Amino acid sequence: MIRGVIIMNDQGKPRLIRFYEFQPVEKQQELVRSIYKILCSRAENVSNFVKVDSLFGPDVRLVYKTFATLYFVFIFDNSENELAMLDLMQVFVETLDKCFSNVCELDIVFNFNKVHTILDEIILGGQVLETSSSDVVMAVEDISKLEKNSNSIIPSIPGWQGR
Amino acid sequence: MNPFSSGTRLRDMIRAIRACKTAAEERAVVRKECASIRAAISEDDPDYRHRNLAKLMFIHMLGYPTHFGQMECLKLIASPGFPEKRIGYLGLMLLLDERQEVLMLVTNSIKQDLNQTNQYIVGLALCALGNICSAEMARDLAPEVERLLQFRDPNVRKKAALCTIRIIKKVPDLAENFINPAAALLKEKHHGVLLTGVQLCTEICKVSTEALEYLRKKCITGLVKVLRDLTNSPYAPEYDISGITDPFLHIRLLKLFHVLGHGDADASDTMSDILAQVATKTETNKNAGNAILYECVATILSIEDNGGLRVLAVNILGRFLSSRDNNIRYVALNMLMKAIALDSQAVQRHRATILECVKDPDASIRKRALELVYLLVNESNVKPLTKELVDYLEVSEAEFKGDLTAKICSIVEKFSPEKIWYIDQMVKVLTQAGNYVKDEVWHALIIVITNAPNLHGYTVRALYKAVQTAGGQETLVRVAVWCIGEYGEMLVGNSGMLDVEERINVTEADAVDVIETAIRCHSSDLTTRAMCLIALLKLSSRYPSCTKRINDIILQQKGSLVLELQQRAIEFNSIIERHEKIRSALVERMPVLDEATYSGRRAGSVPAAVSTSQGALPKIPNGVVKPASAALVDLLDLSSDADQAPSSSGGDYLQDLLGVDLAPASQGTNQTDKRGADVLLDLLSIGAPPAQSSSSMLDMLSSGQDNKSAVGMLDNLASPSAPSAQASSPGASSSMMDLLDGFGPSPSVPVAETNGPTYPSIVAFESNSLKITYKFSKEPGNPQTTIIEAQFVNKSPDIYSNFVFQAAVPKFLQLHMDPASGNILPESGNGSITQKLRVSNSQHGKKSLVMRMRISYKANDKDVLEEGQVNNFPRGL
Repeated sequence: MIRGVIIMNDQGKPRLIRFYEFQPVEKQQELVRSIYKILCSRAENVSNFVKVDSLFGPDVRLVYKTFATLYFVFIFDNSENELAMLDLMQVFVETLDKCFSNVCELDIVFNFNKVHTILDEIILGGQVLETSSSDVVMAVEDISKLEKNSNSIIPSIPGWQGR
Repeated sequence: MNPFSSGTRLRDMIRAIRACKTAAEERAVVRKECASIRAAISEDDPDYRHRNLAKLMFIHMLGYPTHFGQMECLKLIASPGFPEKRIGYLGLMLLLDERQEVLMLVTNSIKQDLNQTNQYIVGLALCALGNICSAEMARDLAPEVERLLQFRDPNVRKKAALCTIRIIKKVPDLAENFINPAAALLKEKHHGVLLTGVQLCTEICKVSTEALEYLRKKCITGLVKVLRDLTNSPYAPEYDISGITDPFLHIRLLKLFHVLGHGDADASDTMSDILAQVATKTETNKNAGNAILYECVATILSIEDNGGLRVLAVNILGRFLSSRDNNIRYVALNMLMKAIALDSQAVQRHRATILECVKDPDASIRKRALELVYLLVNESNVKPLTKELVDYLEVSEAEFKGDLTAKICSIVEKFSPEKIWYIDQMVKVLTQAGNYVKDEVWHALIIVITNAPNLHGYTVRALYKAVQTAGGQETLVRVAVWCIGEYGEMLVGNSGMLDVEERINVTEADAVDVIETAIRCHSSDLTTRAMCLIALLKLSSRYPSCTKRINDIILQQKGSLVLELQQRAIEFNSIIERHEKIRSALVERMPVLDEATYSGRRAGSVPAAVSTSQGALPKIPNGVVKPASAALVDLLDLSSDADQAPSSSGGDYLQDLLGVDLAPASQGTNQTDKRGADVLLDLLSIGAPPAQSSSSMLDMLSSGQDNKSAVGMLDNLASPSAPSAQASSPGASSSMMDLLDGFGPSPSVPVAETNGPTYPSIVAFESNSLKITYKFSKEPGNPQTTIIEAQFVNKSPDIYSNFVFQAAVPKFLQLHMDPASGNILPESGNGSITQKLRVSNSQHGKKSLVMRMRISYKANDKDVLEEGQVNNFPRGL
């Protein structure tokens, strides 16, 4: 099971926090800080996996990757395939790229709830829902349309239209 | 924009927060926003509700409390519009805690949305349910979800499948309802539905054996076919990841096979062909391909025995190890760790590659590889493997040396074929990385050395040579100093030469040089310096030619600011100058330390040992007894007793061990010396000293002690030699007192506490009708545990039946009661019942025993209950 997905920037500011097991807000911040500390101390050219059982319990690992100024982090337990998690992260980033055409940190900051919706089309309750980024993009576009159509009646849809 | 709304747009709020230069500014902005959101909530303004909630989610991500917005989520979910629902459900997943009552309120809304015709709304509801579903919701909504598994839109079907996983995890009983619909999903053609269906089946099998059996019987052939099609043909090009056909589906199918094949030979047999095919055909130049192979290996290792496949799997991992991709080497090492339990032979074949990984530039890979090497070591390969590791120790990075050293030491201790090899390796490790060696490791080394009389000379010479090149490794210096102190004459005399050795010429002055350097070195800590002082004292007798110089070195420490060193220096100085006659007897070689006891202690009661040494040592001036005392947790126990009621006899044993035998200082006879050693040996073999020996020991001690407490102490013990306590001669005992005071800092001591093996019986309880007496004994080697034999005597003229004795103790004690010898107590003391109690005192030496008891019995057909408390336990139990 995937325990959580975190996007943070290289200063440790969280940009997206999603845990699939309930964590109180203070604990979330603490975890983000500890993970940031771990990631900062990683040398270059080392593996993308880190054992984090001290934070999450036995056999929990995280995989991380840096894209420009952002760290993408997936936290998962031993029922997941590490290498597949790496690929799944690739799918997630590709999808973001397609949805925001050349995604950057600001896109994620200002459209965080759209990012959540995209993530919800890829991972549901800690399980992988869809792995084809084109399918995900399609589903997200459908939702987009629905949002826009409702727009005429209801004032503003925060952070949806994006750029 | 509504002019009455105080709110800003979400985008503006994010901008404002981003513009903040300091955390305080950010807090102010957030506080302001929260205040206006709270105001909007209390006004119940529906127009901006979802915008406010979106703001709250952002604020929540930054770590501020947002609980006041929880009810807004529920309102949004209940509203008809899609955008509101979307934000509402998102808020539900992000903001809500698992408080049951709030979730209860949302169940109904979710139920309604699950029954909507709009597939997107159904999707939202399923997604939220899959993320936050509680057991109660699972029960309430399972029928809806089950129905949705057959919904027309595949996007809903796949979400329903994953939602089901959450439901059966929360309520495993519901699994059986889902077996058939889940199995039906395996025949789906839609990629996402098939993928999630396979996951659902895997999870159902984990919670329900019924489902497992069903799938094994009905679906396995179909699944094999799906995997075969997938492997052989480009099944769905849009799902390719870097040219590999749909690795995720591959992996999910393999995971399902993993579960189905585990523990079932038939199922394993059915799938072995396709597994072999996947293992051989998959391309390995891409991460996705390796992910499939890795999963395939995991499945092969878990299914029922198939030797050929297993070797294939381990070979794939071996190939992974030489991959250039760190991630692949990392996962391969993890998997090999599992494989080693199944087929260590196959893993052994890749030993060389694994050993290479110990030298990997990536720290986490090195660590894994080291753990794996550790598992691979056995009697036959310990020598070459250790050599490789020790060689690598020289060039390894500083932060890795700690781990590496610990593992090497552990390997060497565990598998060492002979002592000389063990000593050689340890000297090498100490030379390379002495500063990383843990205390218990060099303690153990010293014990091994004392137990190898034929190697004493060899060892001390090897250490002398090592310390010349690596004087900065403190642990090496300690061991060398200790050995030179003990076996100094063998170093100089080249005695006990082995064939493999080269002669070296060391003069007495050279040996003293080593110790002088160590004691002068800035970086040497208290332990090392104190050990140096003891070594010097010993050498003063072993090297007559250097006595003057040694005395000078010792004198330099007289001005030490560390009390312990100063005291030692002064005392040793007086021994050298004023007690030449007895000096040689005083500094005789240490008795051989008992290896078995030490390793038993280490293995059995490591935590106890650790806590004693950490808790008590700093307070004990004998902190330096470490080399010896590590072996003798007994002694540490004694000396931790000394914290509260320090005992001069305890100190005495300690000095025995150090070889600083003080007993002669008071009486100057070999006899006492020997007796001291007897006691020591007794202690080491953890046997209680025989009674006479201990009383004569007391005798001797008391004569050396002119302080008043001795009288009390002797009264306590009712020792026959009490008068001698006052008759001690102050002149003879003054230097003795120095020493004793040095080692056992505080004055009053009942000796019984530490060495008295017998304790007086007590009357624990007495009433008109009943008398209870306790007799005490100790288990050898276990000072914390007291065995109490309780005896019950009936003083009344009536016979007691149904006699039951109950006892209770405070938390720091542990009580174990054996069954009583009977439950009928004859009248007027015409017999008795006995019962054994075993009490372990976790605060042994600090707190005395205390116990409450309750006795119930029947006398004259009447139930009688008596209660009492025992406070008069002898001290020191």
